[in-house]
Amino acid sequence: MARILFLTSISLLAATPAFAMHISEGILPFSWALLWSLAVVPFLALGVKRLNVLAREDLSLKPLVGLLAAVVFIISCMPIPVPTAGTCSHPCGTGVAAILVGPLVSVVIAAVALLIQALFLAHGGLSTLGANTFSMGVVGSLAGWLAFRGVRGMGGSLAVSGFIAGMLADWGTYAATSLILASGIRGDAPLLPLFFQVVLAFIPTQLPLGILEGVITAGMVTLLYRKRPDLLVKMRVITEKELPTHA
Amino acid sequence: MPERKRKWRILLMHTIILPTLFFGIYFFSLAPKSWEGVDEAVVEKIAKEHGREAREPLIDPGSGDLLLFGFLLAGAVGGFAAGYYWRELTKKG
Repeated sequence: MARILFLTSISLLAATPAFAMHISEGILPFSWALLWSLAVVPFLALGVKRLNVLAREDLSLKPLVGLLAAVVFIISCMPIPVPTAGTCSHPCGTGVAAILVGPLVSVVIAAVALLIQALFLAHGGLSTLGANTFSMGVVGSLAGWLAFRGVRGMGGSLAVSGFIAGMLADWGTYAATSLILASGIRGDAPLLPLFFQVVLAFIPTQLPLGILEGVITAGMVTLLYRKRPDLLVKMRVITEKELPTHA
Repeated sequence: MPERKRKWRILLMHTIILPTLFFGIYFFSLAPKSWEGVDEAVVEKIAKEHGREAREPLIDPGSGDLLLFGFLLAGAVGGFAAGYYWRELTKKG
């Protein structure tokens, strides 16, 4: 108990001012904001449909999706200082969500987390919700899921696959953010130089944070494998043959 | 003799770990240093160079950091409770 109190006190002392890391309200011109919002709609519709299909098969999946939404919400507004860059940013969490419930449901999870952040925390914005959901939800989830499945298909362990998935989900998200930002603000300027300018500006912060997100994702997946491998089977992350012998 | 050696090792570990821990907490949180978010350092800076500036949020939470911290605490407590009662939560009725 004393240890919990000590750690809680340290956490409260360590609470630092937080900064938003998504594209803020008003940065994108209306036409671009609308375009990204429309681009997200089919993924959201497919995600809701997929969630309903999964919930029909097993109702207990819904609380799990709710829990994952809370995880993504917390992870994606948790500022982590990067001393080498002198800035702070956040992991995304959509990599682990995509691994566990699939990329389409992960898009819905990201949209809910980003909506709450935009409404109550002034993180991101309502007009840029579509753009932020596209980068973090669609690109982050797909990059994470494809990387995880790809590495698993090549015989990679859960930890290695989770690490690469988390890392690529993070880097994919910020690559997409760079493209969305560059295309929205460039005016008459050429797209590619501006895109690379944004990417280069993100690198000092996101390169180490992507590696950290890989470690977090690998840790979460291996922890689940050790403690609740049945959940991983239920979510089709592993097969019954891959269950640990003591489970 | 091994017991004495073990005590010295523990003492040595603490002389390294404790200052590192205190320095870490000071460096990352208590020091009067602003860790600029990449939204300001990258997104808003480059957007401003191209004539786009961030607007005030539609719903301004005012003390956003406090609200964020409240959300984080509530999320952590809710997550802990949901995790602790997970089997109850997912039990078939």
